[in-house]
Amino acid sequence: MSAEFYFGIEVFLNGLMAGVMYSLVALGFVLIFKASGIFNYAQGIMALFAAMTLVGFQEGQIPFAHLFNAMFGTEMHHFGWHMNAFFAIILALGVMVLFAILVEKLILKHLVNQEPIILFMATIGLAYFMEGFGDLMWGSNVKKLDVGIPQGGNFWIEENTAFLGGENFYGFYLDTLDIYATVIATILVVSLVLFSQYTKTGRALRAVADDHQAALSVGISLRTIWVIVWAIAGFVALVAGIMWGAKSGVQFSLSLIALKALPVLMLGGFTSIPGAIIGGLIIGVGEKMFEFLIGAPLLGGATENWFAYMVALVFLVFRPQGLFGEKIIERV
Amino acid sequence: MNDMTKSDELLLDVNNIEVIYNHVILVLKGVSLSVPKGGITALLGGNGAGKTTTLKAISNLLHSERGEVTKGSILYRGKPVADLNPAALVKSGVIQVMEGRHCFEHLTVEENLLTGSFTRSVSRGDIAADLEMVYSYFPRLKERRKSQAGYTSGGEQQMCAIGRALMSRPETVLLDEPSMGLAPQLVEEIFGIVKELNEKEGVSFLLAEQNTNVALRFAHYGYILESGRVVMDGPAADLRENPDVKEFYLGMSEEGRKSYRDVRSYRRRKRWLS
Repeated sequence: MSAEFYFGIEVFLNGLMAGVMYSLVALGFVLIFKASGIFNYAQGIMALFAAMTLVGFQEGQIPFAHLFNAMFGTEMHHFGWHMNAFFAIILALGVMVLFAILVEKLILKHLVNQEPIILFMATIGLAYFMEGFGDLMWGSNVKKLDVGIPQGGNFWIEENTAFLGGENFYGFYLDTLDIYATVIATILVVSLVLFSQYTKTGRALRAVADDHQAALSVGISLRTIWVIVWAIAGFVALVAGIMWGAKSGVQFSLSLIALKALPVLMLGGFTSIPGAIIGGLIIGVGEKMFEFLIGAPLLGGATENWFAYMVALVFLVFRPQGLFGEKIIERV
Repeated sequence: MNDMTKSDELLLDVNNIEVIYNHVILVLKGVSLSVPKGGITALLGGNGAGKTTTLKAISNLLHSERGEVTKGSILYRGKPVADLNPAALVKSGVIQVMEGRHCFEHLTVEENLLTGSFTRSVSRGDIAADLEMVYSYFPRLKERRKSQAGYTSGGEQQMCAIGRALMSRPETVLLDEPSMGLAPQLVEEIFGIVKELNEKEGVSFLLAEQNTNVALRFAHYGYILESGRVVMDGPAADLRENPDVKEFYLGMSEEGRKSYRDVRSYRRRKRWLS
């Protein structure tokens, strides 16, 4: 086998791992969409906000320090301690749960039974509010996020696969961070699926997703369910924020990963958790392989940016509910 | 069946309620009714008479449809239901089976039933026992337990919805239009089970029904609603014999069946007079 072939496999593996990251973001959308029919525009910002909060706790930043300094002429920035990554994650998670409760109390509660478009507009407002609020709270500088996951090429894999391809092949180059991300995302997804299939609360979540009114009539409290769903989505956003933040720094562009999730959602279906996963993998692998096989040699490259949207478009035409979108049950 | 109620204990007391949707649409114009413990009370009337609204006002589901009780009071065991959210109401023993079944389509039949026990904090064993109780009344559900509810037949979905309500171990079930879209034979079957549940499990029912004939055969007491008002009430046996009910709702009269056109015009005149 030629080195070219193994290089193709390497591209494939990298695509898979990128795909897992896309899935992670898409998952946040799916959870909220299923349970409340809201397309949550703020999902990307939530990931950014979660990552900023995590870094803030780790570095011992004083929240709103810039605001206080500007108002009172003080010069404070840090508490002067560094927090263990584990505790910082737990605290950041706590903040996301608090965020979920506030969203329910301040927004969702008042918009019960409104048109989906109104709820969508509300999440746009929420997104811009959070963007500003996050900056105000933690500062808008680019931050480095390090929770102790090793980064860079994995030499063990590289050395142990070098024998495959002969002289011009030096082994698969895979980023350790990506491998960790894949494992963590897989665990997260499996536990989410188990939770929604086999627990009482999970069953209630699915019931609410199916029929609000009926769920209400059997005594399932929609408001509690919404808090739970937004908290889970916040948790997923935190995980996505950690992975992407560790990769490319915590900065505004982190929130744009949400845009990567859109084609994944169209492909996988807005209402399917497995769809988000498989869709993410297909998009991840598809865009890398397309670039490698067709884009770079024939089209001059840079196809990664639009390939996903092309696939999504094709799917919209031929299978609007996506690969795994909930079948619309219609009895004849 | 001729005795009016099984006991004199009052569960539900609806007193002269008025309901307005969207702040402007007046749907109920003063409805009063009471549901005694252990009885089957029927709420009869045509389309748009206000049956469903009355039930939803009781089960506190109006809020999510922008409806509001603006006058009167609804008491359950002497306590105003307005203070309770739907979940608390289910806990205190009142549950509604909504019109048009409303099963959770993508959940299996058994999962649907299990959601009914959401508000109860009891052991798995107790819930399994309740599940068996429901299956004993609805053997068909047991056969279909693993099917997605959306793919079961209309009758099975109605049974599923009633079974789901039973899983909350209710004292009172508000049953909205159980006969809707079902074959006459199935309607008989479902009403038969309702009667059995009433007699054996002691569940009280308030059922809204357009099918006056069936409802009056199974109920103990009936209220007839027309454009948001109670126009007549009485023990079911009396209502069945009442010439007006016979004529307007059962389609019978002294001279045998009449054309529907005659009935309608007569009814309109009658309403003007009352």
